[in-house]
Amino acid sequence: MLPFILRRLAQAVLVMLVVGMGAFWLFQYVGDPVSNLVGQDATAAQRAQLHAELGLDKPVPVQFARFVGHALAGDFGISLRQGREVSALIAERLPATLELAVVAAFISVAAGVPLGVYAALRRRRWDAKAVMAVSLLGVSLPTFLVGIVLIEVFSVLLGWLPSFGRGATVQMGGWSTGLLTVDGWRHVLLPAVTLAIYQLALLMRLVRAEMLEALRSDYVKFARARGLPDRVVHFGHALRNALMPVLTISGLQLGSLIAFSVITETVFAWPGMGSLFIQAVQFPDVPVMAAYLCFIALVFVVINLVVDLLYAIVDPRLRPHGARTRGAP
Amino acid sequence: MTGPLLEVRELRVDFPTRHGALRALDGVSFDIAAGEILGIVGESGAGKSLTGAAIIGLLEPPGRVSGGQVLLEGQRIDDLPREAMRLVRGRRIGAIFQDPLTSLNPLHTIGHQLVETLRTHLPLDAARARERAVELLRQAGLPAPEARLAQYPHEFSGGMRQRVVIALALAAEPRLIIADEPTTALDVAVQAQIIRLLRGVTQAHGASVMLITHDMGVIAETCDRVAVMYAGRIVEIGPVDEVIHRPAHPYTAGLMAAVPTLDGELARLAQIAGALPDLDAIPPGCAFHPRCPKASPRCTEERPELALVQRTRAACWWPIVEGMPG
Amino acid sequence: MTLRAPSTPERAAASPPRGPRWKRWWASDLRHEFVRSPTALIAAAIALLCVIGALLAPWLAPHDPSDLAHLDLADSHLPPAWMADGRATYPLGTDDQGRDMLSALLHGLRISLMVGLSSVALSVAIGVTTGLVAGFAGGVVDAALMRLSDVMLSFPPILIALLIDGVGRTIFPHARDLLAFGVLVLALTLTEWVRYARTVRGSTLVERHKDYVQAARLVGMRPWRLLRRHVLPNVLGPVLVLATIQVGQAIVTEATLSFLGIGVPPTTPSLGTLIRIGNDFLYAGEWWITVFPAAALVLVALSVNLLGDWLRDALNPRLR
Repeated sequence: MLPFILRRLAQAVLVMLVVGMGAFWLFQYVGDPVSNLVGQDATAAQRAQLHAELGLDKPVPVQFARFVGHALAGDFGISLRQGREVSALIAERLPATLELAVVAAFISVAAGVPLGVYAALRRRRWDAKAVMAVSLLGVSLPTFLVGIVLIEVFSVLLGWLPSFGRGATVQMGGWSTGLLTVDGWRHVLLPAVTLAIYQLALLMRLVRAEMLEALRSDYVKFARARGLPDRVVHFGHALRNALMPVLTISGLQLGSLIAFSVITETVFAWPGMGSLFIQAVQFPDVPVMAAYLCFIALVFVVINLVVDLLYAIVDPRLRPHGARTRGAP
Repeated sequence: MTGPLLEVRELRVDFPTRHGALRALDGVSFDIAAGEILGIVGESGAGKSLTGAAIIGLLEPPGRVSGGQVLLEGQRIDDLPREAMRLVRGRRIGAIFQDPLTSLNPLHTIGHQLVETLRTHLPLDAARARERAVELLRQAGLPAPEARLAQYPHEFSGGMRQRVVIALALAAEPRLIIADEPTTALDVAVQAQIIRLLRGVTQAHGASVMLITHDMGVIAETCDRVAVMYAGRIVEIGPVDEVIHRPAHPYTAGLMAAVPTLDGELARLAQIAGALPDLDAIPPGCAFHPRCPKASPRCTEERPELALVQRTRAACWWPIVEGMPG
Repeated sequence: MTLRAPSTPERAAASPPRGPRWKRWWASDLRHEFVRSPTALIAAAIALLCVIGALLAPWLAPHDPSDLAHLDLADSHLPPAWMADGRATYPLGTDDQGRDMLSALLHGLRISLMVGLSSVALSVAIGVTTGLVAGFAGGVVDAALMRLSDVMLSFPPILIALLIDGVGRTIFPHARDLLAFGVLVLALTLTEWVRYARTVRGSTLVERHKDYVQAARLVGMRPWRLLRRHVLPNVLGPVLVLATIQVGQAIVTEATLSFLGIGVPPTTPSLGTLIRIGNDFLYAGEWWITVFPAAALVLVALSVNLLGDWLRDALNPRLR
């Protein structure tokens, strides 16, 4: 187990380095690195001083090392657009995005898995087919359109739910959460559903496909040949095996949700990292883009690692076991 | 017990396609007596596995039973509702498939799979079920069976897995075991052991076996009687010794001649010219006639039924009769 | 042999008729299932309609939406023709600048389809070639490709597209229209080519080890010819399925980028741009500026996805 973990960690570090190089290139060479660091309002003298300090005339590896050093300390310079430290901006907006992503993930799993199982077990019934048709719609609809429609229906026409912002938040240490107030929940509902729909549809289709695959397997056949009741065959055997790949995908979905939040946050004016990134691209605000790139990469790498570990725990074939019983047939 | 354990009468299996129905089994009839081991032998695609699947009601759609009857201990089982058929499976008829690795769920310990099978059919509590599971594994020849319960299928070798599969099939004490190519996926060295185990264990339980295989050696060593299948029909059926040494049907004779022997001369293996017909192109009359050296006009028109020829029954208009030329 | 349907019915049923290729395809199972499947037919019909509408936009559209000289502000904010205040010359109404919605829709559809199709075509070309090379060359090239594709596949395309777009804007702050288009298509292509590369690489690896390939190499057959004649036909099926689905995704991604204001330049609005414009006027009750482009977008994406879905099921031998 340990060599496995170490290997995956090494891979993770490698990926982060590569991404770091990309971010470094962004930071230093796309646009003006001095502005990236001190903002646009610095005086000429300050700039000259920083130019020397930065060692922009030093060889590239040295500059890269500096960049990495700063990055690890959380210093990504100053936002060109807002004139504030990028790290502060990100820290401010992180809770909003994370909460949105977690709620959306919960919705998509809680609805997607049961629907997918149902669609697989009752595949000939009309409602199962209808569910699959709706899932195709879910995959085809652009997220922003879903958001617009939801706002139009639930906010404008029915007036049930608010259409922008986070609502009342509670400050817990450095974290501002909207999940402790009813108002916060009312605000997070529409964006979370919008964000969840694509992933929900995807998950549903995946679960159905995996279930169907499992139901055709030899062990299911043998289970039936042993006279096991349908319930045991479907859930104890087929579903149990079908959920394995679903586990991986669900984990990756969390990362995907965080990434897709750029659209949802824009439509709902949700003050998260996604809308920050969009504004950075529109401006264009290079330090923020570089920082966001690193952050997203980190999120994905961590999630991949966790999912791999989970897989190894859940699948007995991947666990190291004691005395293997080969030999006497 | 009076009467045969299993009776199959004129079983037909069709596969509807957009070109019309393909008849995969065409009037298959045979009996299996209590405690008997019947071999079903034939080339790949002859319909052996389909026969087994049809009997236990596990035909894969779109295949369906389109005619005939299957009787177990005198009662029809081919027209049972789903739930009733499920209770027959495992409890009265057990099945073993070819690949023991894929037959076992990799995510469950074999103890779990044994216990769930036992408790589905027998009124046992968890502790008693475990005891029986250990006993079954011991009978199947697995050393240290208590420790095995907590292990997963991938921790076993191929032969041991098949032993586990046999134990699972026998768990609820069925009267009949359908074994579909039980040794094909195993090493040659292991095959003999598994076959001996199968024979021993079923005799100990008093169960009959329907042994489906393409391996004549296994048939010769294990079975009491054997049925030879060709193109979805049985062409010859009789005691193993008779069929092998005094085959009456030209196809059987061809099969026997094609089996290499250690004491034979080193010459080319005899082949039967041609190949199994496609299901949508089964010849009229006797299905074997295009490849048969003795074919006559009658063979192209009338389909022969199984008839007693000396000591076996063969479906042929010109069966090979000992002591007569041709 | 397990208790499964024998291979013979499948083998038997496929006695293909002789004759030229098109004739064989006509009698093939694929075409047969196609005409018998209502979803496939409807989806294909809708997709075809959209393509034709888009292709013929300059001739079909009653007005030219990019012709700024002919826009009359007095004609702005008009509802569709069947409502009160509507006018027959503007069948689907006008937007805030007096642009005819029908014309804008057709042209927008054209832009969306152009971007989507060209990015997919480019992705397929790059991806298939890379996959062939990687699969055949093996070794370091292959390993590098796999690592790269692993990383790229785990990032959602929208992010990559956004990043490339942002970088493009910084490098070329005064990008002219063509350049902006180029950046957009590039962004979409870079996110999509990886899938094709992987699929093709897999197939190439499988084929490469087959005996006839080894024999051909011994005889001195040139690798490209080998690849083209033997590997390519086997790979076309999955590539086709992927491409069909990707067109839908590309169109949606482009619409999203345009909606966010960083896609196509505003002078050549795509469906996404139109929806963005319309969004501002939804609350004023002028729904037609949003609804029609949105409907067109959904129709295109849905029909293409349906087709791709159906194609994948039809080409999957195990689901027959």
